[in-house]
Amino acid sequence: MELNSKSPTGPIETRWERHCFNGKLVSPANKRKHTIIMVGTGLAGGAAAASLAELGYNVKCFCFQDSPRRAHSIAAQGGINAAKNYHNDGDSVYRLFYDTVKGGDFRARESNVYRLAQISLNIIDQCVSQGVPFAREYSGYLDNRSFGGAQVSRTFYARGQTGQQLLLGAYQALERQIGNGAVTMLPRTEMLDLIVIDGKARGIVTRNLVTGKVESHLADAVVLGTGGYGNVYYLSTNAKGSNATAIWRAHKRGALFANPCFTQIHPTCIPVSGEYQSKLTLMSESLRNDGRVWVPLKKGDKRPPSQIPENERDYYLERKYPSFGNLVPRDVASRNAKQVCDEGRGVGETGLAVFLDFRDSIERLGQPVIKERYGNLFDMYERITGEDPYKEAMRIFPAMHYTMGGLWVDYNLMSTIPGLYVIGEANFSDHGANRLGASALMQGLGDGYFVLPNTIGDYLASTKFEKVDGSHPAALDAERQVAETTRRLLETKGTRSVDSYHRELGKILWEYCGMARNATGLKVALAKIPELREQYWRDVKVLGTGEELNQSLEKAGRVADFFELAELLCLDALERNESCGGHFREEYQTPEGEAARDDEHYSYAAAWEFQGVGKRPVLHKEPLAFEYVHPSQRSYK
Amino acid sequence: MRIILHIWRQRNAGDPGRMVRYELPNVNQEMSFLEMLDVLNEDLIGRNEDPVAFDHDCREGICGTCGCMVNGMAHGPLPGTTLCQLHMRHFKDGDELYLEPWRAKAFPVIKDLMVDRGAFDRIIAAGGYISAATGSAPDGNAIPVPKEDAENSMDAAACIGCGACVAMCPNASAALFTGAKIAHLGLLPQGQPERARRAMAMVAQAKEEIFGSCSNIGECEAVCPKEIKLEVIARMNRDFIQASLTGRM
Repeated sequence: MELNSKSPTGPIETRWERHCFNGKLVSPANKRKHTIIMVGTGLAGGAAAASLAELGYNVKCFCFQDSPRRAHSIAAQGGINAAKNYHNDGDSVYRLFYDTVKGGDFRARESNVYRLAQISLNIIDQCVSQGVPFAREYSGYLDNRSFGGAQVSRTFYARGQTGQQLLLGAYQALERQIGNGAVTMLPRTEMLDLIVIDGKARGIVTRNLVTGKVESHLADAVVLGTGGYGNVYYLSTNAKGSNATAIWRAHKRGALFANPCFTQIHPTCIPVSGEYQSKLTLMSESLRNDGRVWVPLKKGDKRPPSQIPENERDYYLERKYPSFGNLVPRDVASRNAKQVCDEGRGVGETGLAVFLDFRDSIERLGQPVIKERYGNLFDMYERITGEDPYKEAMRIFPAMHYTMGGLWVDYNLMSTIPGLYVIGEANFSDHGANRLGASALMQGLGDGYFVLPNTIGDYLASTKFEKVDGSHPAALDAERQVAETTRRLLETKGTRSVDSYHRELGKILWEYCGMARNATGLKVALAKIPELREQYWRDVKVLGTGEELNQSLEKAGRVADFFELAELLCLDALERNESCGGHFREEYQTPEGEAARDDEHYSYAAAWEFQGVGKRPVLHKEPLAFEYVHPSQRSYK
Repeated sequence: MRIILHIWRQRNAGDPGRMVRYELPNVNQEMSFLEMLDVLNEDLIGRNEDPVAFDHDCREGICGTCGCMVNGMAHGPLPGTTLCQLHMRHFKDGDELYLEPWRAKAFPVIKDLMVDRGAFDRIIAAGGYISAATGSAPDGNAIPVPKEDAENSMDAAACIGCGACVAMCPNASAALFTGAKIAHLGLLPQGQPERARRAMAMVAQAKEEIFGSCSNIGECEAVCPKEIKLEVIARMNRDFIQASLTGRM
């Protein structure tokens, strides 16, 4: 299979505009003749559903939550980047483009990233117009903060709830279209298969989570905005319901899955407290602006942090990275925390935590200033741990947070199945091997508001659509397969719950394919995962029936998909014999212990083609060319 | 510690439902409330009993999915806290807790502790937005917003749509929810053109959904996990009355 990225050539500044001009348009009168299915209602999906309906298309929109407003985009705290240069500090579209390509460790497509940087300007304008209450200066103009290691101030924010406010903006735009009758909204409805007819994506099979009814929905195009697959690790900062079922089942129908091993681990999360732990809570990385990260010099030092004297502390980030100190990028901070814990110097009951200490900042700035900057985060910490971070250092540990990999898409955001589009975190497109802070919101909204509405028309206008309905053999076959999977899960009647399997899978992944990976460990994981998967299908216990609300059954299907995805993730990690961004292979590091990329052999996106459960997938490579930002070694020393 | 739970069990909308007693002998005080329910459910599955259905998603207190009555208090006893952010250290050994779903005619029970809050979405669809179609926006800084207005607007916009206000109100009124959106948008210059229409349409829809009227009791404010103030209701009433009388702001 030849992967055609359809990436325009010529000067990068005008690629997007020329590409839009060269695409065919659907005339206003014809738009209402096309139905588009939108799965997922987060920043990408909500924005796309609303924008497509505003254009005049018929939109049928699905989410598994009880309302489109619940999507996990809502939990993003920090902010959204835009190259407005409102602060006259040297920012530009080109600089945001440059930072994103470099931050992604040179594993993203330049054309896509440049477009994202351009569109960042429009996103802020759009959100302001919708009434997103961004932080303001006394002038009434928009406030910015610096974020994620960028040297310019380009992050727009709404307190610590930026994701919530941007999502509500998209949700309200979507509700307006629902009220107008342009969007049919089906909440508590989960996509369980993709219907492919004559090689084109023509619909989906869904299960109504309240009644259990399985049915087909047909359309001219299907868009997936269903988020990332971080929950494959069981413990992550994702919402409990976040899952990979939509993208995985599309993958099994022929959509290639790209760079699954590019996962991001966030350094500042609240540590695990016990076996019952159900998820991990992120604390904004802005805390590293004033907090100092350290562990005791001695192994197994169990004294409270305030009683450990200065000369018995190891501020290991400041020691190893004198110029960036506590502000090194996420991947570097996470790996170093793991390293000191592996040495036996981790703190807290489990020994899997490091201190994030505000003592010196409180002394220097006073408690009121710290409270003003981080009050809500300190409160959250106290609520969860029962400890007062103004008095004792916080304990933090890295946690699975975001997935850069996802379904492969071309410049139009179309997957390898014609008519199947993938937007937001669900695709692999813009962040390469590592995402910068405040860039996920930008990409989700960029794809939904501006990219997809401008690219989908070309496909609709240039494709001939046969009339199809739910009685088509492909639809009936997909429905049958969904029913069969449900039946198997319910009839296994084994001994262990779905959660217990999911937790065990997560532990394998975290151990062998987490912050640091090596070939030996990955081979162990690749032996253990299929074994556990087979045991799951023999022994899982799902009570109840398929014809009612059944939360265990919902989880069971998602975990079945996670098993298959986990195997691909480890295989991809094993095949990529280099370290880059979030993918750190211990065999490939510089003498100083930093990630060593291998541009000669691995400057490509790895796109995998499904061959069957337990069968080795086929690897296709999309070579990456860097015409503007020349690959260099990232250094934060 | 030992916790005794009395949980509302209702198989589906047609089932009359009843309270069922469960005993958890080993609750760790570091657990969140929902993690305690996870443990109960694992236990129930082990005994081949139907696990308790409850809504939850982000478990960070922001998505608004979770919530139930705990001893008659929406989201439990801790102020400004959603159920998922409530930890068991706030209870003591031997406590008996009564868990019930939100009770309101406009929020029909789906199963156990889960209710249908679709009425909230329909109130937003009626007018809880600014009609700014994608692509039509001027530069972000073309519309200055006084800092204080932005802050007040943000206070109201913090609503997570969980429904605790309705569940706690003796009238099952959605005034705090509706008022929060009207205040969020009405405090911003961008929200002015549609302000009158918005208040009329949203209030009418709330009535249509059979939420009760507000009689200024204030239980909603007391249990709101995001501490939305009663002022938003005053603002809603003012906008509604002015719009009803003059048709404009």
